[in-house]
Amino acid sequence: MAAPYVSTTPPAEPPAGTPIEAAPIPSRGQSGNALARIWRAIRSNRKAAVGSAIMVVFIFVALFPGLIAHDDPEQDNYAPKMGISTAHLFGTNQYGQDLFSQIVHGTREVLLIAVLVGLATTAIAVLVGVAGAYLGGLWDNALGVITDVLLVIPLFPLLIVIVAYAHATSVWVMIVAITIPSWSYTARQLRSQALTLRSRDFLEAARVRGERRLYIIVVEVIPTMTSLIVASFLTNALYAVLFSSSLQFIGLGNSSSVSWGETLYWAQNNAALQTGQPLWAIAPGACVALLGTGFALLNYAFDEIGNPALRPVRRHRRSGRRSRARAA
Amino acid sequence: MRYALRRTGFFALTLWAALTLNFLLPRLMPGNPAEAMIAKFHGTLTPAAVRALDVLFGVNTNQGLWSQYISYLHQMATLNFGTSLAYYPNSVSSEIGGAIWWTIGLVGVTTVLAFALGTLLGIVSAWRRGSRLDSVVPPVFVIASAVPYFWVAMMLILIFGITMHWFPYEFGYYVTTDKPGLNLTFFQDVLNHAFLPALSLLVTTIGTWILTMRNTMVTTLAEDYVRMARAKGLTGRRIMFDYAARNAILPNLTGFAMSLGFVVSGAILIEYVFNYPGVGNMLLYAVNSADYPLMQALFLLITVAVLVSILIADLLTALLDPRTRTAG
Repeated sequence: MAAPYVSTTPPAEPPAGTPIEAAPIPSRGQSGNALARIWRAIRSNRKAAVGSAIMVVFIFVALFPGLIAHDDPEQDNYAPKMGISTAHLFGTNQYGQDLFSQIVHGTREVLLIAVLVGLATTAIAVLVGVAGAYLGGLWDNALGVITDVLLVIPLFPLLIVIVAYAHATSVWVMIVAITIPSWSYTARQLRSQALTLRSRDFLEAARVRGERRLYIIVVEVIPTMTSLIVASFLTNALYAVLFSSSLQFIGLGNSSSVSWGETLYWAQNNAALQTGQPLWAIAPGACVALLGTGFALLNYAFDEIGNPALRPVRRHRRSGRRSRARAA
Repeated sequence: MRYALRRTGFFALTLWAALTLNFLLPRLMPGNPAEAMIAKFHGTLTPAAVRALDVLFGVNTNQGLWSQYISYLHQMATLNFGTSLAYYPNSVSSEIGGAIWWTIGLVGVTTVLAFALGTLLGIVSAWRRGSRLDSVVPPVFVIASAVPYFWVAMMLILIFGITMHWFPYEFGYYVTTDKPGLNLTFFQDVLNHAFLPALSLLVTTIGTWILTMRNTMVTTLAEDYVRMARAKGLTGRRIMFDYAARNAILPNLTGFAMSLGFVVSGAILIEYVFNYPGVGNMLLYAVNSADYPLMQALFLLITVAVLVSILIADLLTALLDPRTRTAG
């Protein structure tokens, strides 16, 4: 994994789940022990620890679903509506499908959508936000207006309309449809950060050295913004999980694929709650929430490591007591 | 004044962008989706309805794209959204007119409640920084931001609707036994049916209010004039509300103006889960029955609602906080 300040390509984030680079410590070099630094960051921050643990589990499940659930998720020859047992950890639904196996095999599609949408939206956001802000002029104005307009058009209804016309027959259509309108929020954030960087001395120095613009953007500007870029990846991945599951839930996905959103769709379609099969709806929704929490925790942890002011006040520390004493 | 003009200009630009998006989307998709729709309803449509569909979607027309665009804009300006296909022969406008009051009632009231309750909790949480309340709020918010809204609604149905039988969980009133009218029974019936959807919305939206208020309030509490108030020996309650909260509430107030616009879009999935007769549920029904005129009009309605509220929020901020006027 590339260490901060060494990566050269814009979307050089680590894949979701692998713990992210540690805080942007303002010293160059020391790239050799980046792994050790990440490990230390994870151990010292509880949010980072829990978040990466969740990610590691889901990535493992997505890579090797067959190792964990032996049943075919589409196979429907078990007794219908069985309760929880050692053979069927989450029971079976009214079609006689093993629910545990549906959840395990459904992990891959959700994670694929999350990672690819996260990478694609972040790449666009970096391109629009950073390049626009640094180049300035007409380009910047045009890109800024497009970002702002896209930002205020309500995203979920827009996604519904796009997917309704496009018919998300495959996971790829879903990924493209979610990526197209979802990059504006993080592009805006990256843009304002890049604008504050524009007049810094080290960029001036690079200009005086006679470096090309592309070189300055890729080698000087983007590495300085690593923490914000990773945060933007995590935010977009979280939204991709929620949006894709919601779209599949309302029947706009490919109803024959195996994923948590589709399991929820079938559960809702067959009134699972009303017919005594609550796990059919509980399990996939809880997994969406858990995966989303993983992304959110990593995001918050990353913020806290980079910005100590945000760290929570511990209850038993002196500062808490003092403020309460003052309040009294 | 210049600020107000600039914001209004942006409003007009975004409105135009949304209208154009609505025009281009069905025409850009491979295989015009409206053709299938018209073929399905062939013979049942009056010539006038077919003409309106032509203008909306550009089917069977030998006009160029540009003149199609002009007649489309003209039709939008005269608020002619065509005939609904799912509710044929009713017009799109009359169908929306019947559903929108349900949404405004349910989501409007809940948004006001969530705002009031969330702001209060945020104030108290910041005031007692490091207390039990304050240590519980942020982690709960992390998890809540990752849970799909519709799943929260399903879990509430499971607990309070199906297991405990406390509240009804389908439709806006007892459609089989009750008739809409201005009497107490119907009123109680509607309240009863609105309880669980409202609770789902409250649970999923309140976190933002709490956290925004808390974070601004924490900054405000560190200001010198708050210390001054303490030195004067004012009571804690007086400092909390009249000194700190009064100045910290601005982001929440503008957020409130903005969220009133998201009223229409925010509850789409919750209305769907509860089969509530509002516009969100109607949008999904239109999508699933390929009623594209209804879908387009609802998307425009939602977008306009959001745009208007963002405009109001901007102007409100400028009115309440003189700094934005000069900085803008």
